[in-house]
Amino acid sequence: MIPEIGHFLLILALGVAGLQFLLPSWGVWKRDARAMAFGQSAAQVQFALVFLSYLCLTWAFVQKDFSVTYVAANSHSELPLMYRISAVWGAHEGSLLLWMLMLSGWTCAVSVFNRRLPADITATCLAVLGAIAVGFLSFMLLTSNPFDRHFPVPAEGKDLNPLLQDPGLIIHPPMLYMGYVGFSVAFAFAIAALVSGRLDGAWARWTRPWTTTAWLFLTMGITLGSWWAYHELGWGGWWFWDPVENASFMPWLVGTALIHSLAVTEKRGLLKSWTVLLAIIAFSLSLLGTFLVRSGVLVSVHAFATDPARGVYILGFLAVVLGSAFSLYAWRAPQLKSDGDLVFFSREGLLLLNNVFLVVAAAAVLLGTLYPLFVDALGMGKISVGPPYFNAVFIPLTAPLAAILGLGMAVGWKRAKFAEVVRQLRWPAALALLLAAGLPFLWVGSSGFAVFAGVMLGSWVLLTSVHDLWGRVRAKRSLLAGLAAVPRCVWGMTVAHLGLGLWVLGVAFVSLHSVERDVRLAAGESAELHGYEFFLRGVDPVHGPNYDADRGTVEVTREGASVTTLHPEKRLYRAQQNVMTEAAVDESPFRDLYVALGEPFDNGDWSLRMYYKPAMQLVWWGGFVMFFGGILAASDRRYRLAKLAQAPVSADGKVTA
Amino acid sequence: MTKRQKRMAAVVLLLVGLSVAAVLGFTAFSKNMMYFQTPSDIAAGKLPEGARIRLGGLVEKGSVQRGDGLLVNFSVADCEARLPVRYEGILPDLFREGQGIVATGHMDGRTFVADEVLAKHDENYMPPELAEKLVTPDGKHSCEQFKSMGAKA
Repeated sequence: MIPEIGHFLLILALGVAGLQFLLPSWGVWKRDARAMAFGQSAAQVQFALVFLSYLCLTWAFVQKDFSVTYVAANSHSELPLMYRISAVWGAHEGSLLLWMLMLSGWTCAVSVFNRRLPADITATCLAVLGAIAVGFLSFMLLTSNPFDRHFPVPAEGKDLNPLLQDPGLIIHPPMLYMGYVGFSVAFAFAIAALVSGRLDGAWARWTRPWTTTAWLFLTMGITLGSWWAYHELGWGGWWFWDPVENASFMPWLVGTALIHSLAVTEKRGLLKSWTVLLAIIAFSLSLLGTFLVRSGVLVSVHAFATDPARGVYILGFLAVVLGSAFSLYAWRAPQLKSDGDLVFFSREGLLLLNNVFLVVAAAAVLLGTLYPLFVDALGMGKISVGPPYFNAVFIPLTAPLAAILGLGMAVGWKRAKFAEVVRQLRWPAALALLLAAGLPFLWVGSSGFAVFAGVMLGSWVLLTSVHDLWGRVRAKRSLLAGLAAVPRCVWGMTVAHLGLGLWVLGVAFVSLHSVERDVRLAAGESAELHGYEFFLRGVDPVHGPNYDADRGTVEVTREGASVTTLHPEKRLYRAQQNVMTEAAVDESPFRDLYVALGEPFDNGDWSLRMYYKPAMQLVWWGGFVMFFGGILAASDRRYRLAKLAQAPVSADGKVTA
Repeated sequence: MTKRQKRMAAVVLLLVGLSVAAVLGFTAFSKNMMYFQTPSDIAAGKLPEGARIRLGGLVEKGSVQRGDGLLVNFSVADCEARLPVRYEGILPDLFREGQGIVATGHMDGRTFVADEVLAKHDENYMPPELAEKLVTPDGKHSCEQFKSMGAKA
């Protein structure tokens, strides 16, 4: 019964979403205030319906209702409760429902927080979001209904993919989806700007917190995904340039560009049509990501759906959304006039440069991700490009970004004197040089050009951020008073840039100075890695709730002193008879020691994979700090308190133009 | 410079930058392109000399032989041909005889030297590119036929 209710609620939500698209659009066209206001209540009702429907599916999982096809395919009676709840988004149908829940949640938030905005802007936004909801709800109902039943009812479920039975995976997809879907709000605002023809500082100020919020969730989602891959896949890598990773990374790059161009549009009234274009592209890439991941064109752990009807539907939907958005853009964007001139050596000029680099980097990733698919579709053979391509293109494109970033913060709006900026930044530059020369020796005991450059860029970003903050605080009476006077959005910027700096440092060390060793050991033998002695005491059987495992005990010592004891596992999940590697990691700010069990040999030996990974933690911390910076920036008071001039409404309910 | 000239200069600069990026991108692309090949493709000698290859096929039954340490030799086969593979390292969890794998590496004489071996995390899963090549023209899966060939070998 409950699943049928869930299904019915989804159908109702589709109806409401349709009205949410049609009525406010008509209202904007006819300038009818009541029709425009309808969007807000529709958005809230739609959210309630989708949320209840989502609870119905969760209920089916919690109750182990194996008569529901989706539950039977992704759950098991021995699956712990935590994973039964997270299994809702463990495969295609349920993750679409989660996508939809996020979308209606964002829409509902827009309807609540946008009350002070001009009625036609809010109405257009909600209509656009309603149209997207119609697309996704009908996709779900037509091709991927999570509430389908099947008979006869199996006595036991097939279990959740063991790869997904990990705490990191509980929060990774919701975070990522929050980010993906969040860009739909920026997209809706962009369409509203095109439709209304009004794009000013106020518009940028309304759009900024939404974009930053979407971005911070995406940042967290990507970081968690990477963290999960590191711990769960047993290969010791944290980024594989896998098409699915790229699918989430491209919207991130364009979203980052969007955040920066929005700043220029707000402060200087420049780059207006560029900002709108970026908002459209960011959302398009989110949709493209959904298409790539969900249509089965990619070979990956993420690609669940192999039903061609689904791929065709998403591709069609993508074509409709992009076609209409870009047509509207081509028609209306020439009317968006900039309020002045752009000088190259100014903050806005450097931000434009940052945008160019970010977008070109995203384009390079797009090329590497899509080109093999095109070649295959055209029947010209099966090719692929691995990490070497991405590294060769991505690093030269993004290294200048870090250099520009430091300059950009020191350069003022409108125009600046080059000599003055050089004078200001001489200390951070000198210190960065010093760190680049010294730090690699202290940290990993050797150096080279690449790590020198990496540390140079990372510390340059860190030092210029601190220097910028210091410049703001210095003039004040005391340090505390100064720090308190710094606006929260500036804190957000500084913190996010610090996160990037940490991340660059981490990436430089871990990519260039990791040491890997695969060995074959018998119990009681040991192997040496980068000064650490790994002693395999033994491998013993253990039993988990739904798996059996071989659990190794590896004692790590350094110069005779005990460092840690690690317990890597090789798990056999009973339901699907899947083998999973559970790596054991000793984490510290300076280095990770990583051990994974390989395979047993006939004589009882085991193969072991061992890693020494310097500064691995900085990569995660970089991501988390950027996330935190995003929170600070998005929660700045000026976004909330901005009282906005509302279009006067006359007594008969018509908005006067 | 007038406003117009400045704008033109900016556009030209942008175009130059983009073309440099495009050249970089395409060079890196063609240098790092890997071809997906099956043992029969390699037997037909279609590949460029010294190229990095992604080799797809099924691990032939009874062909896996362990050597010293982590060295392992096995054959990868499709319906028509088989190819000896040498690999030193840890095999993936789902590496089994009769299982579809994708190995990355290069040819060393008549032997394929792999530096990475992937097997997918689903028993029934086969990389689509491999499944496609193993399907017979009448739409049937040719693995069964292959497995019997593997058993004979």
